[in-house]
Amino acid sequence: MNEILEMVDWSRAQFAMTAMYHWLFVPLTLGLAFICAIMETQYYRTGDLHWKRTAKFWMKLFGINFAVGVVTGIILEFQFGTNWSNYAHFVGDIFGAPLAIEGIVAFFLESTFIAVMFFGWERVSKRFHLVSTWMVAIGASLSALWILIANAWMQYPVGTAFNIATMRNEMTDFWAVALSPVAINKFLHTALSGYMLGAVFVMGVAAWFLLRGREERMALSSIRIAAWFGGAAVVLLAITGDRSGVIMAETQPMKLAAMEAHYDGARRAPLVVIGALKAGETADGEDPFHFKIKIPALLSVASRHDADAFVPGINDLVGGNAEYGLMPISEKMERGRVAIAAMSEYSAAKRAGDRETMQAVAEKFDPLTPVGKTFLQDYYSHLGYGYLSSPEDAIPPVGLTFFSFRVMVGLGVWFILLFAATLWMSYKKKLDRRWMLHTLLWSIPLAYIAGMAGWIVTEVGRQPWTIQDLLPTVAAVSGTSTGPVMLTFFIFVVLFTVLLVAEIRIMTRQIGRGPDDVPPEAIIPPQLAKTEEKQA
Amino acid sequence: MEPTLNFLQHYWWGVMSLLGGILVFMLFVQGGQSLLRTIGRTDGQRMLMINALGTKWKLGFTTLVTFGGAFFASFPIFYSTSFGGAFYLWMLILLLFVLQGVSYEFRSKAGNLFGPRGYEFFLAANGYGGALLLGVAVGTFFTGGHFMVNPGNMGGFCGDVAISHWASPWHGLEALADWRNLALGLAVVFLARCLALQYFLNNVDDEQIEEQSRKALWVNVPLFLLFFLAFAAALVTMTGYAVDPDTGVVATDKYKYLQNLIEMPAVGGAFVAGVVAVLVGFALDLLRGSRRGIWWSGAGAIVTVTALLLTVGYNHTVYYPSLSDLQSSLTIANSSSSRFTLQTMSYVSLLIPLVVAYIWYVWRTMNRRRLTSEEVARDAESY
Repeated sequence: MNEILEMVDWSRAQFAMTAMYHWLFVPLTLGLAFICAIMETQYYRTGDLHWKRTAKFWMKLFGINFAVGVVTGIILEFQFGTNWSNYAHFVGDIFGAPLAIEGIVAFFLESTFIAVMFFGWERVSKRFHLVSTWMVAIGASLSALWILIANAWMQYPVGTAFNIATMRNEMTDFWAVALSPVAINKFLHTALSGYMLGAVFVMGVAAWFLLRGREERMALSSIRIAAWFGGAAVVLLAITGDRSGVIMAETQPMKLAAMEAHYDGARRAPLVVIGALKAGETADGEDPFHFKIKIPALLSVASRHDADAFVPGINDLVGGNAEYGLMPISEKMERGRVAIAAMSEYSAAKRAGDRETMQAVAEKFDPLTPVGKTFLQDYYSHLGYGYLSSPEDAIPPVGLTFFSFRVMVGLGVWFILLFAATLWMSYKKKLDRRWMLHTLLWSIPLAYIAGMAGWIVTEVGRQPWTIQDLLPTVAAVSGTSTGPVMLTFFIFVVLFTVLLVAEIRIMTRQIGRGPDDVPPEAIIPPQLAKTEEKQA
Repeated sequence: MEPTLNFLQHYWWGVMSLLGGILVFMLFVQGGQSLLRTIGRTDGQRMLMINALGTKWKLGFTTLVTFGGAFFASFPIFYSTSFGGAFYLWMLILLLFVLQGVSYEFRSKAGNLFGPRGYEFFLAANGYGGALLLGVAVGTFFTGGHFMVNPGNMGGFCGDVAISHWASPWHGLEALADWRNLALGLAVVFLARCLALQYFLNNVDDEQIEEQSRKALWVNVPLFLLFFLAFAAALVTMTGYAVDPDTGVVATDKYKYLQNLIEMPAVGGAFVAGVVAVLVGFALDLLRGSRRGIWWSGAGAIVTVTALLLTVGYNHTVYYPSLSDLQSSLTIANSSSSRFTLQTMSYVSLLIPLVVAYIWYVWRTMNRRRLTSEEVARDAESY
């Protein structure tokens, strides 16, 4: 058992590390692609070479960033097989489909048209080039859509049924998987965070040029486009964030409770704006905070849109709460083990060729029979709990989730203010204030921190589940020994870190060179160009 | 009329085989990377070659990703068993492909840590290693792996519930010790190099590169033929693995793959036609001074590999034999997704012709003019 737990820890570490590196690069790809497309559209509409030069500059940074996002993505895709082979078996029937669709629908779009975007300026028409740039932007977001549908399904497994004959979950309703409220909201929230990060990046880099007194026109026009684009994104981000809270209260109440360090359930539950959590476990009824600033009833409002609503705490979810119909986890574990035992019985009967027993057990897993309906609802729905060793295993790391959520939301508020201020100053022509330019520049790392904190809330907060309630990490991991996973973990840590350092060095030098292919003085506004032509 | 599970399993193995064929064709990018120092005598020539390949690397990479995703969706037990078990082999392949992607983007940029030479070394490593290991991995479809599968293990708790285990401590690297896998791997390496040379002839406007490419073809074509024929000879003489469609029992079957080529004349015919097309392409470029041999050889490579994969999947054949527990072997019948998923995915697969059409259109448009050193030097986006 210790060997398995070690394997789980190393596999989780490897997957988390790869995902975090991946998420350092992908959001910029998502956002910058659309900003480049908008700039090129301006060039297409006006014929003003300034826009072409500006678009090409940002495209260059896009290209540097794009490659590392792609290569870390392939590792993640294959890790579902290499490190989580039980998971790949148990839900591959459902999870594989979005991955395949992602490849067919999105990746080919991106990879085909990106060649035109970078190398097609002299080889295709202006219109075809513009269409290609938009295809790259759409392809990147489509790719995010399908992988996030897959991720959402893990957190809210719908449109599926367990097949005892194959010992796995199988898809029964594709549209329930693709259009589940969790999937739609997750895609919008995550993609919008990428759009916002792309906008913050553009504003920050443009601010750097203004601080240096370089490329004023390019920088100011970039800031205005990015501020509109990012401003719209951040408003929608707040709306989808609110929706995430409501959905989480419904589908993953333990994640919500951990995120709020909310131990004892209550009506008119307060929301702790900020607080210092005590280290270690807290006893029932003990305040988990050294100090806190809280707003009464806000957690009820945020999670249920009802100030009087009851929000269960970690203790209610672990120990149960009869008044609100919450089953204790110990009971869920018992029931999960009944389901596992039935699976075991079926396997033994299959090995022995005992068709009668197989038939009897199969009935329990058949939703069309009365016994099956009850068994699936009362026992199978708690299957994953049966693999846990103790009820406390179902509690995610509270401190990390709690603080990450506050970092994410706090920075979200910061960015709303930042975009509003940038737009206002842009139209009032006050973007020469150095403090504001420094603020824009130093907001770039904050956008990355916000995105990373968001992922920590989502992924750490759902522990121990790979599939909510059905498959904990301990039952999802491969049968490989720990050694190979440890070895490859360290190889990837070194490799990804080197790539990150190289990327940052290349990116900063490229920014330092500026849009070097066409000097700014060569750019003549179209009206002026026409006048010059007439004079000639 | 609803398609049967059996039909869908065959349909999806067909799609996977075609994707496999396209993937091997796209390995010409890897082949080109392994030739940078052989063909490119100057930095300018190497830059020209890298830029000619650079517009295509993402397409090859995407084909690999889609191949993996589609395998996951259609035959998840293979994904679970092979990737989880042959861990080192797959991780090594992934590592080499990571190096490829960043090398194109970073190579010519200031501050890239390793300098252009460093990234050219990574490209060469991916060019040789990536192609070789993918070939070896495909070889195990015929020669087998050391795994055991028991989905019933899910019915245990407080212990190991993993459904598949790998019996070799080498976790996939042991496949390199089988000469048949190596022969296929080396055949793929040299096929990729031949296709790359033909691609340079077709796409690069540089007299010296053309001359060097034609010379190198004279060396690489015989080497490809040597390893391909060695593998083909092994294929038609080896004992394969068959499954009884009624009982699902797996047993060894002498000359199974030869039987398949004969019993499925369309597949056997495609295999032969594919090989002939590859040779016609080589002959055109070598003997007639043509630059269009890539179209024949490329199409031939796709058809040959597709037929090869159909041979190991169709006609009640085991496509992933277990050397540790014969009854754990994987067939398209016992390792596929459910009927519902395969059918849903089939609707999605109807988009594939559209995807192929726009790839074709973009490729033709971008490659209408051959690439010159002047264009590479002029273009600020050059690799």
